[in-house]
Amino acid sequence: MTKPLLEMKNIVTTVNTNTPEQKTILNHLNLTINEGDFITVLGSNGAGKSTLFNTIGGNLRVNGGKILLHGQDITQTSEEKRTQFLSRVFQDPKMGTAPRMTVAENLLLALHRGERRRLVPRRLNRELPRFKSLTASMHNGLDTRLKTPTENLSGGQRQALSFLMATLKRPELLLLDEHTAALDPKTSQQLMQLTDDRITTEKLTCLMITHQLEDALKYGNRLIVLHQGQIVYDIAGEAKAQLTAEELYQFFADTE
Amino acid sequence: MNLIVSAIGQGLLWAVLGIGLFLTFRILDFPDMTVEGTFPLGAATCAAAIANGMSPLMATLLATGVGALAGLVTALLYTKGKIPILLAGILVMTACYSINLRIMGRANVSLMGKITLFKLPFFAHLPMYFDSVFLGLIVVTLVTILMIYFLQTDLGQAFIATGDNDVMARSIGINTDNMQIMGLMLSNGLIGLGGALVAQNDGYADVNMGIGIIVIALASIIIGEVVFGELTLNQRLVAVTCGSILYRFVLLIVLQLGFSANDLNLISSIVLALCMMLPVFQKHLNLRHLLKRGLTHD
Repeated sequence: MTKPLLEMKNIVTTVNTNTPEQKTILNHLNLTINEGDFITVLGSNGAGKSTLFNTIGGNLRVNGGKILLHGQDITQTSEEKRTQFLSRVFQDPKMGTAPRMTVAENLLLALHRGERRRLVPRRLNRELPRFKSLTASMHNGLDTRLKTPTENLSGGQRQALSFLMATLKRPELLLLDEHTAALDPKTSQQLMQLTDDRITTEKLTCLMITHQLEDALKYGNRLIVLHQGQIVYDIAGEAKAQLTAEELYQFFADTE
Repeated sequence: MNLIVSAIGQGLLWAVLGIGLFLTFRILDFPDMTVEGTFPLGAATCAAAIANGMSPLMATLLATGVGALAGLVTALLYTKGKIPILLAGILVMTACYSINLRIMGRANVSLMGKITLFKLPFFAHLPMYFDSVFLGLIVVTLVTILMIYFLQTDLGQAFIATGDNDVMARSIGINTDNMQIMGLMLSNGLIGLGGALVAQNDGYADVNMGIGIIVIALASIIIGEVVFGELTLNQRLVAVTCGSILYRFVLLIVLQLGFSANDLNLISSIVLALCMMLPVFQKHLNLRHLLKRGLTHD
């Protein structure tokens, strides 16, 4: 179980390169993600959490360092190619779905994540029964709205759909960027529970950014804290299970 | 009667432009000004080719291909050169003006006495103006069916998703640059085809025939949407053709009222502006509510 899936070695990313506003975000960051890890990511604003995700996702190029997947160098691999092994859920419910396309159409798009799109009929009807039972497992009425454009869904339904889309075709690595933050507390908790269920049953490898210390403690087998572009805290397994909110608060107070 | 038949024929021929523009304006969701250059480009290519002895069918296909090439240039400027789409379109549109003069060698080419698609033996027995109705119907039907098929393929769905939400499209591995390039090529290919058909129908190509084209093509789209309301994507494609024919009727009425052909661009703009402002009027005047009350008498 402890085979490394993704290794980030000495990663440096800067923004506004060659301008007076040049700023280093990830500062010689090292991180090894093992297969089956469910890692919660904490860190204050500007610590580099989103940049970390964008670097893994490939929509931000590194200025130094290497990224390895199963030991293969993927540092220069394009964003589109990386979707073959990786999927993401964004914080903003508007970002994860195509608004004028229906729920079923969005799911069908996600079913072909990372594949070449060909001039062949889409065969939506063939997948409908599967989509129906899948959306029913979300228990939020999504299954009755398969033919509804996603712009007419509630934020909670849209995020649940985004999460389903990200896991429909099994990703080797799942990136969740505060995917419950824009929802009301109840909906947020429901989605979080569904997320945990699915990650555990499917044994997905996942990185989840959160600002909720309780969620960071409650979910996952490993917890990392980002500070000024480096990982300053990395705790896993039994030690993580023993960790209390007070200790974590104290740690944050000390690093500030 | 002849006027009405002529208007339907014109509407069908010009509908090809509306469908072409629909791909960029509605699906990719950006304004592509290239069409003002591609339309006369298609006309000029087709007219010059026919004048030099090419068969009308080959000349029409050539015009379609050249239109797609112009779209490719705009697409590359936009996706790879990072020039804003509006400016990229205007650049290609401006460049097309010179290219069209080069292709024709002068400001206009007449097709008088030449064999065009409209003068094929098949159409010889039809009454006046029915040739454009017939040919227009064939082309529009073919284009609409091909588009409907395309949009229901995996590729077509990826194309729609790109216009809908490019961040999401990229996050599931769709190469959005390629989708935009494909869309601009398809769209401008259709506009080039429209130019070729209109030039053959009118009997000439003129370097200035592109002025106001985007407004006319948009009018077909918007009138179709205003008249038919909520529709599925496939129905919307058909609505563009209906909108195009309706727009020709509006022009016919305007001309009957005594306006000259020189006023048409002004009229076109006014019609389009009014149609686009309709949602605002509806909000303020509650038009639908008034209409309903007027119709139900209660």
